[in-house]
Amino acid sequence: MKIPRHLLSVDDLTRDSAIAILDTAAQLSQLSEGKMKKLPTLRGRAVVNLFYEDSTRTRISFETAAKRLSADVINFNAKGSSVSKGESLKDTALTLQAMGADAVIIRHPSSGAPQRLADSGWIKGPVINAGDGTRQHPTQALLDAFTMRNRFGELGGGLDGLRLAIVGDILHSRVARSNIFLASMLGAKVTLIAPPTLLPVEIGEWPVEVSYRIDERIEEFDVVMPLRIQRERMNQGFFPTEREFSRHFGLNIDRVAKMKPEAVILHPGPMNRGVEIDASSADSARSLIVDQVANGVFVRMAVLYLLMAGSHELPENALDQERA
Amino acid sequence: MTRIVLSREDISRAIRRISHEILERNKGAENLLLLGIPTRGVTLAQRLQRDISEIEGRPVEMGSIDITLHRDDLRLRPPRPLSPTQIPVSGVEGRDVVLVDDVFFSGRTIRAALDALGEIGRPATVQLAVLVDRGHRELPIRADYVGKNIPTARSESVRVRLMPFEEIDEVVIEG
Repeated sequence: MKIPRHLLSVDDLTRDSAIAILDTAAQLSQLSEGKMKKLPTLRGRAVVNLFYEDSTRTRISFETAAKRLSADVINFNAKGSSVSKGESLKDTALTLQAMGADAVIIRHPSSGAPQRLADSGWIKGPVINAGDGTRQHPTQALLDAFTMRNRFGELGGGLDGLRLAIVGDILHSRVARSNIFLASMLGAKVTLIAPPTLLPVEIGEWPVEVSYRIDERIEEFDVVMPLRIQRERMNQGFFPTEREFSRHFGLNIDRVAKMKPEAVILHPGPMNRGVEIDASSADSARSLIVDQVANGVFVRMAVLYLLMAGSHELPENALDQERA
Repeated sequence: MTRIVLSREDISRAIRRISHEILERNKGAENLLLLGIPTRGVTLAQRLQRDISEIEGRPVEMGSIDITLHRDDLRLRPPRPLSPTQIPVSGVEGRDVVLVDDVFFSGRTIRAALDALGEIGRPATVQLAVLVDRGHRELPIRADYVGKNIPTARSESVRVRLMPFEEIDEVVIEG
């Protein structure tokens, strides 16, 4: 089990370390069922939520995860800062370090900001990426993998043979980028379904199949994941109208009826009901959207535990030499 | 240098004797809950469960309790995986809980187990059964049931080998 020092991208993970995180999350979820909700593991450690961008569930999920491990949580909402980005990030980071931050969870509109924070040495503890620009959102991909494995896989295993369809605004989605690479690494076969305008140019190098029509393929998949249209990142017309997008790519009751009997729906949230998914699909028995939120806490607890609780200075075989 | 301190037969006799002692002290198996500490403590708890159930002619409950998240030395070691915690649905409240571990050494594992148990509920009593007590306690904790007391030097290591983790049941001292 080789756990990375920071979690900036799913590229920091190997199949083994990803499975180790999922297994740890599974044990934590079982502890919670057994009424062991609060754990003393990170008592006296400070976790900073450094959010340069709006978020509801990710920030609350990280905060809940840290608190269940007894860490102190400092919420730093940096949105609206007028200082140039490099400068302000550095000053903020140095301040947080001086105040004794043991780990920093960062969300930033600029792709690569978490990497900068981790590489700079401004922060001594681990840096966890909670979403940067259109680049990465690794804990979302981990919680999606956890939710899929809970349904179709087993403890210690991956997602081998699973068919995953990601539908809609791939271009602006860091969730899609993280999910494509993590799910593929875990053995799933990923298909992207979107209009050509919402697919990035680099998809030729990605481990994916591409389809422009949802109706041809919907019955093939075990998991269908519609994505929100990210209006806030769009500066031009990528499709004529939301209604037209919805008619061609939206998940609705007719399309859901054509899915495999055991197939499920995931959505990273927030949903725009009536656009990429209609209300009846979002609330159907196939929808695991509420499970994803609950699982997000366990996955983030696992990440905080594995990155913060142990020492990364020691050789990996130090555990083997231990005595009871 | 390696020497065998408990053979397969010794281990099986020790578990049999501890089973009788647990039953004698608790006046039967009715309120008992055996909780093994992963990994080998769980195997030992399973064997105690088998023997006690056989002696009493009725099933006795068991589970497992992982102590990793309650350890006081987490920061001194690389990140470690967690093991399962499985508490029967009947819970620990008001039960006579017997914690089961393979080697009793510093006492820190048991301290962590008591903390973990306290998070789950309030048992009537908590007792401790170990296969080997090798001494060198660092905390004021003692065992109620001991398979064998084995004086050791700190530099030596005690290895408990149990099927199915190993091909054989035995306890050896190395070093």
